[in-house]
Amino acid sequence: MIEVDDLHKSFGAVKAVDGVSFVARDGEITGLLGPNGAGKTTTLRMLYTLMTPDRGAVRVDGIDAQRDADAVRRRLGVLPDARGLYKRLTARENIEYFARLQGLDAASMKTRCDQLIAALEMQDIAARRSEGFSQGQRVKTAIARALVHDPRNVILDEPTNGLDVMATRAMRRFLRRLRDEGRCVLFSSHIMQEVAALCDRIVVIAGGRVVADGRADELRAQTGAANLEDAFVHIIGSDEGLAA
Amino acid sequence: MNAVLVVFLKEVVENLRDRRSIINALVLGPLLGPLLFAALTSLMITRELDRSEKPIEVSIVGAEHAPNLVAFLRQNGVRPKPAVADPETRIRLQEEDMVLRIPDTYAQAWSAGKTAQIELLYDSSQRDSATPVERLRGLVQAYSSQNGAMRLMARGLSPAVASPLIVATRDQSTPQSRSGLLFAMLPYFLILSAFMGGMYLAIDTTAGERERQSLEPLFVNPVARSRILAGKLGATFAFAMASLALSLIAFGYTGRLIPTDRIGMVLDFGPRFAATALLVMLPLVLLASCLQTLIAAFAKSYREAQTYLSLLMLIPMLPSAMLAVVPLKAQAWMFSVPLLSQHLIVTRLVRAETVTAQQLLLCLTCGTAIAAVLAWVTARVYRSERLAISG
Repeated sequence: MIEVDDLHKSFGAVKAVDGVSFVARDGEITGLLGPNGAGKTTTLRMLYTLMTPDRGAVRVDGIDAQRDADAVRRRLGVLPDARGLYKRLTARENIEYFARLQGLDAASMKTRCDQLIAALEMQDIAARRSEGFSQGQRVKTAIARALVHDPRNVILDEPTNGLDVMATRAMRRFLRRLRDEGRCVLFSSHIMQEVAALCDRIVVIAGGRVVADGRADELRAQTGAANLEDAFVHIIGSDEGLAA
Repeated sequence: MNAVLVVFLKEVVENLRDRRSIINALVLGPLLGPLLFAALTSLMITRELDRSEKPIEVSIVGAEHAPNLVAFLRQNGVRPKPAVADPETRIRLQEEDMVLRIPDTYAQAWSAGKTAQIELLYDSSQRDSATPVERLRGLVQAYSSQNGAMRLMARGLSPAVASPLIVATRDQSTPQSRSGLLFAMLPYFLILSAFMGGMYLAIDTTAGERERQSLEPLFVNPVARSRILAGKLGATFAFAMASLALSLIAFGYTGRLIPTDRIGMVLDFGPRFAATALLVMLPLVLLASCLQTLIAAFAKSYREAQTYLSLLMLIPMLPSAMLAVVPLKAQAWMFSVPLLSQHLIVTRLVRAETVTAQQLLLCLTCGTAIAAVLAWVTARVYRSERLAISG
């Protein structure tokens, strides 16, 4: 479970995140929806302890992220916005590097790698150097290395960015599978259809603040709009930055 | 496995698979210095020998006025060339190194027992001609004193009357110390190979990793950034030291190609030299690795880092260039300054001079202390939020 309590973060005069609070529960997929520049990536970076909030707190499974960052990192699997691989290492070596940094022993590293390679259907690329991988192959490898330590909580920043239709569908299947395993899945997107298709719970961010939080039908009811798209436009106040 | 070791091994493996790192650290870095050095010094020595041994070719204007002098010069390794017209212009245009002009009044003055004059035309700004000019001047001088002595004896006087004083020069330089003068650039070549060996890793592990967007995921792992940095610094340091060690081995082999014995110099590139040089360079290499990583951490892109680090490579040339132009007497404090101390100690080692334990200790402790401060500063920069974020 990820609890976010009144997060603030400014870069100079720019208030990127200005009071964000929400809860992402175990066994649910929570979507962070917002137009480009709404503060999604900055919020997530504070969640996975890359940035320190100016104010507010993040708790993962009850552990305060500022007090014990390493314990929080062990409980998180993160697919950041930046998902560069090591080109001169094979896909498997890329995953193993992160497994070792997470402190896995040799035996569990091997079983975990085999499991993930099978689950993500990447047997054909496991032994290949990642130089020249397609976008989909890169994302698969990045996800595998993020989940190698079997974390209870998974954070993904725009996971379907740049993927084709087939890869997007595979990604959605995979996220549902993670939820069905009882994990807490939190992902961000600026694509409404994506969030609508996948999420149990939607947190809408605009201008660095949470402007709506609830299930899809709750949001529709709240705004009195007939469909979800109109509901979002109503909530955000404009349709700028919401890609179809 | 310890996280520092994990990062270290991954960086080493990854860079061993990179042709550019390999060529720089293990081929170009170690070989460039020794080969350049061997080629340059061999050329210098050969030219030096050529100039003092091969016959002097000089155009003589008015040779017919002084047949005896010309015959004397011919006996002493001068090869007279036919007279040229307008010798001044030809020398200015560097078509002739020098011209000897004998005026037609020569024979008359000679027979009358007066001082006869001949002219030696040359251009002193042409360094190439300095040695032959000196040799020719010496020969003419010798001819003059020989004939002077004969004239004195013909008048019943001892030749000693005309030379009340004579200077006997005693050169105290040893073969080693003479080679030291010639080899002032050697420390620079060693330092250069260490700089080149670590350069690509320093860029690749920080600026490169950020540009390829893999630094952010790396920092999400439960490992303190200072430990990640330690692994990366370790890999950079290891490549730099490997480059330096290979360079020292290469010097051991190319040192034999240099014909130092022909000019009576001795070069010591043996295992003892290599081991001590490696030890002396240790703090400097550590310092360079930290500095390179620090600069790469500030650079916005791989290319920018490359530009800065190429400029950084010029800095170690300073003490070599400075000491070549203004030979300073080594003071005790100089052994506490990194770069300068390495330069002094390596130069001493090549000359087979003693390096005291105190000098060695000063060099090692001060160098390590400064490297430690730089490592601390780099670790602080590594902690900053902005470091991981590209674009």
